[in-house]
Amino acid sequence: MQSTAHAFRQNVGAALADPNLQDSLGKLKLGFSERRRQAAERLPEFEALRDRARDIKDHVLANLDYYLEEFERKVTANGGHVHWAPTAEDARRIISDLCRSVGARTVAKSKSMVAEEIALNEHLELIGIVPVETDLGEYIIQLRHEPPSHIIAPAVHLTKDQVADTFHQHHAPLGFAKRLTERNALVAEAREVLRQKFLDADVGLTGANFLVAETGSSILVTNEGNADLSNTLPKMHIVLASIEKVIPTLEDAAVLLRVLARSATGQESSSYTTLNTGPRRAEDLDGPQQYHVVLLDNGRSSVLGTKMQDMLRCIRCGACMNHCPVYGAIGGHAYGWVYPGPIGAVLTPQLIGVEEAGDLPNASTFCGRCESVCPVRIPLPSLMRHWREREFERHLTPRTVRQGLAIWTFFARRPRLYRFVTGVANRTLAWLGGAEGRYRTLPFAGGWTRFRDFPAPESGGTFHAQWSRHGGGRTRP
Amino acid sequence: MPPTDSPTRPRRVALFVTCLVDLFRPSVGFAAIKLLEDAGCTVEVPPLQICCGQPAYNSGDRHSARAIAAQVIESFEGYEAVVAPSGSCGGMLAHHYPRLFDDDPPMKARAEALAARSHELTSFLVDVLHIEKVAARFHAIATYHDSCSGLRELGVKNQPRQLLRSVEGLTLREMKMPEVCCGFGVTFCVKYPEISNVMVGEKSEDVAQSGADTLLAGDLGCLMNMAGKLLREGRPVRIRHVAEVLAGMSDQAAIGEPETIRLGRGRS
Repeated sequence: MQSTAHAFRQNVGAALADPNLQDSLGKLKLGFSERRRQAAERLPEFEALRDRARDIKDHVLANLDYYLEEFERKVTANGGHVHWAPTAEDARRIISDLCRSVGARTVAKSKSMVAEEIALNEHLELIGIVPVETDLGEYIIQLRHEPPSHIIAPAVHLTKDQVADTFHQHHAPLGFAKRLTERNALVAEAREVLRQKFLDADVGLTGANFLVAETGSSILVTNEGNADLSNTLPKMHIVLASIEKVIPTLEDAAVLLRVLARSATGQESSSYTTLNTGPRRAEDLDGPQQYHVVLLDNGRSSVLGTKMQDMLRCIRCGACMNHCPVYGAIGGHAYGWVYPGPIGAVLTPQLIGVEEAGDLPNASTFCGRCESVCPVRIPLPSLMRHWREREFERHLTPRTVRQGLAIWTFFARRPRLYRFVTGVANRTLAWLGGAEGRYRTLPFAGGWTRFRDFPAPESGGTFHAQWSRHGGGRTRP
Repeated sequence: MPPTDSPTRPRRVALFVTCLVDLFRPSVGFAAIKLLEDAGCTVEVPPLQICCGQPAYNSGDRHSARAIAAQVIESFEGYEAVVAPSGSCGGMLAHHYPRLFDDDPPMKARAEALAARSHELTSFLVDVLHIEKVAARFHAIATYHDSCSGLRELGVKNQPRQLLRSVEGLTLREMKMPEVCCGFGVTFCVKYPEISNVMVGEKSEDVAQSGADTLLAGDLGCLMNMAGKLLREGRPVRIRHVAEVLAGMSDQAAIGEPETIRLGRGRS
């Protein structure tokens, strides 16, 4: 996917001016967080499970090579194949070779953020293969030629009316003449259109929520069951997953699945949890003839053993974006690449470069709500601060910010000079604003006064001036 | 309301005034001193204090943040407790200072010693000094905004509410989402003013919907941001730092109000 993260500010302007988006975001903000809160409250051991989930992922990351090789051994023993893709380009090449090997014309895709990360659809189209998204949200945005705006609810930025228009435009030529407006009717129409596409597909491509080293299984959760058709009907099933998705055992999967669904949608578990463990066996009634797992690194292994490693614990539940007030204001597209919200602000600079995505870790108040709900306790604000430090070191921080900081730090380390200067400033400001108690405009503070008044300081001088004048007296003069 | 004596109760307390209180609302500092003295503490204000270093720390300027932190650590050594009328600056001292010195064990030890003694004002009063009520009167329907750092780094949630409930004449009325950030974020509000505006606009709406006539919080940065928006929108809400109300020092103008009118005296 082509990044527009460098144009974050313009993206924000467009997002704030989009009434449909703002309408959709208003509903999202309350819904997801309330459902997660209730789900967490209903499970007394939820906090303890979060600790275990974090520990499982930390253990994996400390032994990633071991578990990946173990996973490969098991997949191979089950009759499947593992392909190692150091870069996005490698992954695209491996997948297109696999598709060509069976003469594929159509690929049925279940939702995969890693496929977005490697821009798979664009690539398949280029070589004459039609990718069909089968997740309802992904299907909608594919018709609209838009990227997902949320990692578990890709079309969350759209209103029902927009979906109705899109379906009417694309389904009318297929014989669905009536423009539908009712939610269930829209879903039924999409289901009917998609059913034929499943049957036509030569290859089914899915992502994976977890890869289980002990059994060689890939685990996938959905609420629509579309993945199960993607991986059973076509003759070849390709699983595309990034390397940090591997976990040791099925028991670990049980822990992670319990925190995943609750954190994501507030469900106790997703409607469908599917384990794929290799191709169809002789005694199986259905299933693919070939089973391939493509393991993508794409820069992830370079953070192993560093302070940034914690970002790889992420299980892609979306809770951080559901609770982020910045995401709630601007939506996912403004972030400009595949992963939005707080986890996007941490991952994107790692995956496509901090020069390209430097705004993302800065566009946060560090309110910490993301960290407080993260099922694997990723210290997201600390990781964003880490990126800010890298930017500062490399002089990528804007000049005005650097100068402002330099001036502030200069005075903050010279108390006597600071007291003199602030004493004068305080009296001037108080005198200027005293009559009204606030300023409607203020030089050098346009960012503030464009939207808010600026409260004037109290009269009588700074605290320290008053304190020293009255020799440590405790009441106000 | 002098508390009963206890040998473990800190007596000699240093006030970390915070730069915003120093510059814009000194009465919050005096209110904090009154609350601490009423609770039986001797309060000192170390003169070599300015800023906790957060603007630099959160902008990625670790070098400057360390220099400022070292100065604060030096100035605040030797006190039994350090108290700030701010969860944000309190969190910086109690939570982030040790992280600044990971590669400097002696300084890290001093930072940890300071961190262990640093507190936000209301949590110090309630959790450490075990104060349960204050002798103050303030006639208002008040709503309380939970500032992010205090809430999530220091666990400040019930302490200010418990003390506010003991204020004569005050009714607490919660807004729908008191824990959602107001959009201040130190430099965030001027670096990304459009996003900040959406956030503070929603906060302003939430405050108005609550029906409260007074908005209280424990951090002056958030208060100035929210006050700025409420004033710009002409909402009939007065804004104060929680310490002013708890100390019974709410007779001066509220934040952003002209001092001559003195609306803040309450309606008793």
